[in-house]
Amino acid sequence: MKHLLFSLIFSLSLFAATAQGYKIGDKASDFKLLNVDGTMVSMADYTDAKGFIVIFSCNHCPYSVAYEDRKIELDNKFAQLGYPVIIINPNDSIAQPQDSYSKMQIRASEKQFPFPYLLDAEQTVYKEYGATRTPHVFLLNKEEGDLIVRYIGAIDNNHEDAAKATQKYVESAVNAVMNGKKVDPETTRAIGCTIKVRKS
Amino acid sequence: MFVLLFLPLGLLSQNEIIQTVNFKGFEPWLNKSNDTTYVINFWATWCAPCVKELPDFESLNKKYKSKKFKMLLVSLDFMRMKDSRLLPFVAQRKLEAQVLHLHEPDANVWIGTVDQSWSGAIPATLIYNRNHRVFHEGSYTFQELDTIIKRIIIN
Repeated sequence: MKHLLFSLIFSLSLFAATAQGYKIGDKASDFKLLNVDGTMVSMADYTDAKGFIVIFSCNHCPYSVAYEDRKIELDNKFAQLGYPVIIINPNDSIAQPQDSYSKMQIRASEKQFPFPYLLDAEQTVYKEYGATRTPHVFLLNKEEGDLIVRYIGAIDNNHEDAAKATQKYVESAVNAVMNGKKVDPETTRAIGCTIKVRKS
Repeated sequence: MFVLLFLPLGLLSQNEIIQTVNFKGFEPWLNKSNDTTYVINFWATWCAPCVKELPDFESLNKKYKSKKFKMLLVSLDFMRMKDSRLLPFVAQRKLEAQVLHLHEPDANVWIGTVDQSWSGAIPATLIYNRNHRVFHEGSYTFQELDTIIKRIIIN
């Protein structure tokens, strides 16, 4: 029994490690999710966009909060260049009440988010993308009509202090794709909050 | 005289002083090759699932601390929250397992060194000794932890 349980745990963690999710070069799917303003938002709505900075993020996670102003700066800088920011909250509001739709609306209005702040209410989008934490960035680039994943990871290399970040991963990734260059690094790891999944 | 000098020190718990280390200072904890089984849990006071599983880690520590066993609770709290949140939290919860504060903001350079499969989400736990190594991103129950320790601990 002991060994059975252990191998069960082992295979579960093996499953988690090989779980689905996008890799660099994969084609990303569009979504249709509820925004804080009550409208439904899809990437297809942005006919002029050259790509998207999709960030899985939320209200409650201190890492997400620490990066709030930097997300706004990214949108201010890159939306006009064709790469708008879209934030998706993947968390279940029963598992984490601070991430409920009404709390999202409050936060969006307090910080005057310039980007859509969407709720992944069915918790399907984050799974397909393979987001494991908040914040978790996926840079998508429109190539021959498809949205291709070109960067996955953190915004920069210092969550505590933007001024001390020596590598601005997302910024350099967007600059690279805009100039037809290879993104380097294509993936980064960062500490973050686990995604709060609905208990069945 | 001996007793008078050493009694107060003996009463101090090891968490009276919580050391802040960078990754270089922490890294030796990941690669010990003695008889001891190490349980290294990455957590933070702001991480709800981490805080929820802490009592199970404390119970595990109580059960095995007299054996060749060492638990380390590695806090990833922001530097500015060490005094305002981490220290009061550890004192209030009377945590017995050793707490270490890891301050290394450039996470991309060290997360993969702990384990290649770790995306960086917490809680995350590394359990190892010279014969076995088990890493898990996500929560553990006491039963799961106990099962792993029973299986791999070196007597």
